[in-house]
Amino acid sequence: MLSPGFADPALDAQRCFRAVLEATSRPGRVQRLAEGVLEPPAPLGLAAAAVLLSLTDADTPVWLDAEAAPAADWLRFHAGCPLVAAPGDAAFVMACGAMPPLDGLNAGTEEAPHESATLLVQVAALDRGVTLRLSGPGIAREHRLRVAGLPPDFGLRWARNGAGFPRGVDLVLCAGAALAALPRTVRITEGDG
Amino acid sequence: MAYVAVKGGEDAIAHAHAWLAEARRGDPAVPELSVAQIGQQLGLAVDRVMAEGSCHDRGLAALAIKQARGDLIEAAFLLRAYRTTLPRFGASAPLDTAAMLVRRRISATYKDLPGGQVLGPTFDYTHRLLDFALEAEGAPPPEPAPEAEADGAPMPRVSGILAQEGLMAAEPASEAPPGDLTREPLAFPADRPLRLQALARGDEGFLLALGYSTQRGYGNAHPFVGEIRVGEVAVGLTPPELGFEISIGDITVTECGMVNQFAGSKTEPPQFTRGYGLVFGHGERKAMAMALVDRSLRAAELGEEAAAPAQSPEFVLYHCDNVDATGFVEHLKLPHYVDFQSELEKIRTLRATADAAQREAAE
Amino acid sequence: MTPAGPAATSDDVAARQGWMAVLARAPAAALAERIAALPPLPAHARLRGPETGLAMVRGRQGGDGAPFNLGEMTVTRCTVRLGDGTLGHAYVAGRDARQAELAALLDAALQRPELHDAVMAAVIAPLAAAQAAGRGSVARKAAATRVAFATMATMRGE
Repeated sequence: MLSPGFADPALDAQRCFRAVLEATSRPGRVQRLAEGVLEPPAPLGLAAAAVLLSLTDADTPVWLDAEAAPAADWLRFHAGCPLVAAPGDAAFVMACGAMPPLDGLNAGTEEAPHESATLLVQVAALDRGVTLRLSGPGIAREHRLRVAGLPPDFGLRWARNGAGFPRGVDLVLCAGAALAALPRTVRITEGDG
Repeated sequence: MAYVAVKGGEDAIAHAHAWLAEARRGDPAVPELSVAQIGQQLGLAVDRVMAEGSCHDRGLAALAIKQARGDLIEAAFLLRAYRTTLPRFGASAPLDTAAMLVRRRISATYKDLPGGQVLGPTFDYTHRLLDFALEAEGAPPPEPAPEAEADGAPMPRVSGILAQEGLMAAEPASEAPPGDLTREPLAFPADRPLRLQALARGDEGFLLALGYSTQRGYGNAHPFVGEIRVGEVAVGLTPPELGFEISIGDITVTECGMVNQFAGSKTEPPQFTRGYGLVFGHGERKAMAMALVDRSLRAAELGEEAAAPAQSPEFVLYHCDNVDATGFVEHLKLPHYVDFQSELEKIRTLRATADAAQREAAE
Repeated sequence: MTPAGPAATSDDVAARQGWMAVLARAPAAALAERIAALPPLPAHARLRGPETGLAMVRGRQGGDGAPFNLGEMTVTRCTVRLGDGTLGHAYVAGRDARQAELAALLDAALQRPELHDAVMAAVIAPLAAAQAAGRGSVARKAAATRVAFATMATMRGE
């Protein structure tokens, strides 16, 4: 049965947008959305559902992986976004299962790198798991983010994504009500080093 | 051009806005005009603002007219600005103007056409003499207009009648999703759907003048009004959650099918071709002008010589939007103090040089 | 009957299209007045909206050719859910949130077999009749301005 979207569509979406903005401008810092702003449809957690509802609309094609597919009706109904069959055609890619290959997503063009896709990955946790050591724009020296649920070769894949700058995709990690963003400019080293 | 932020003037601006509000209201001894009154009694102004504001909503257009003190271009600008705050739910099914609830339908090409000539509420045949009876307010409203038995006969479009005879170029059947100026900036070559969108929201005065120019020799036009029809058409929308089309209401539109002679080309026999106008509201002049300009912009496509202004897509489409045009013309009011200083210095230098040269020549 | 439910037939869809078209053209006050004449409708929860947005209205070049974007119009939509899970949808021209919510509620009620006939009789039928009368009046006024050409001998004549 369909559940409602944001209780207050304008203000709730603005608060969520603000959290994504904060997360993107301070890469790797975990933002937490207020519990209860919506009832996320399984299998999406609160953060993934709220980010999709805030950022997608009829002009943004969305691709859902097989694990996220049960949320398709809810998303189509509340966001009005077209759902596409190929991840490469999507402006927003939502993965609840394995992270899809980054090089299969729209990386934008040299002239319009902002037209690239944003990848949302719902991970197990943002407070345990491997430690990512982040540096780059928005980080004074180094920031550490712990993530459970990324593929083992994530560091390698991320480095390849960054090598195409200014082209590339941006990543938002969601776990429950928490989210953290890794814009394409972030450099990552793994381990506790 | 460069601009330099200049601070100051906040008080002057606030006071100017206060005066604007006072001037908008006018003499408080005169009753205030309601938005409903504008909607009811200045309906054609509302129609024009809806057409050029590119948003069909009588209440919003009437409010914009009130706020703009009757400046219709300013009102269209207000409506365009407001529409940007709203999400888009989708696109309608293409309007079926053949199924219109017709209030007016006339043809200059066929006297006895199916459905007949229906004059509707028109200024045509009025004497254009000021009616001082309207000055005497408080008169009882006029009697409802006479009614007659309606036979409900279909009113096919004249272009279709000619097309059936093979004398009118058929419109190629297509369901291709049209380009959208509100999503992608105008680029050339602009196809006909894109041109029609630009013309539908274009300035009536500009299009009227261009249409007129095509009749006066600037463009090779031999137009006849195949048909003008005004009335209400149902709007259908297919919400994805339903998966079938539903009717969401009726809107008023004016349609003009202009019939133009075409001498033929290597591939096409001599036949009639269409110029098409469709606008929100009751706007015959605009629909006719749009149809004339639509046809003249097809010159290149039909292999005709294209030398007149109304035949140049770049000239017409870049300049027909009054919100664009007013923005660029009116920005000249903004402070250009620094630009002008440099111009002043350049002129002074040039004059000094010229003066020196003159003196030298005189010596 | 389960109009336009998962097992909807084309008749069900046509019936639902019919009442949705009537509801879209009925002002909120008229809907409220008709609802007041009914036994209380089931409680409903708002699932989406009422919210106002735009629909891009399309025409066809030449009247019957390729589609083009004519301009936008305001539309208000609402989706409600009854206690038993029945969804009611409304998309109505204009900006009247109350009209959209009442229309969505009535769309849901009309899908409930035990309510369908009563709502059709008390709400849809009278509103449809009033709307048809309004259209009829316009058509008759137009007919009164239809030109009846008298057949005259022409000047270059016989």
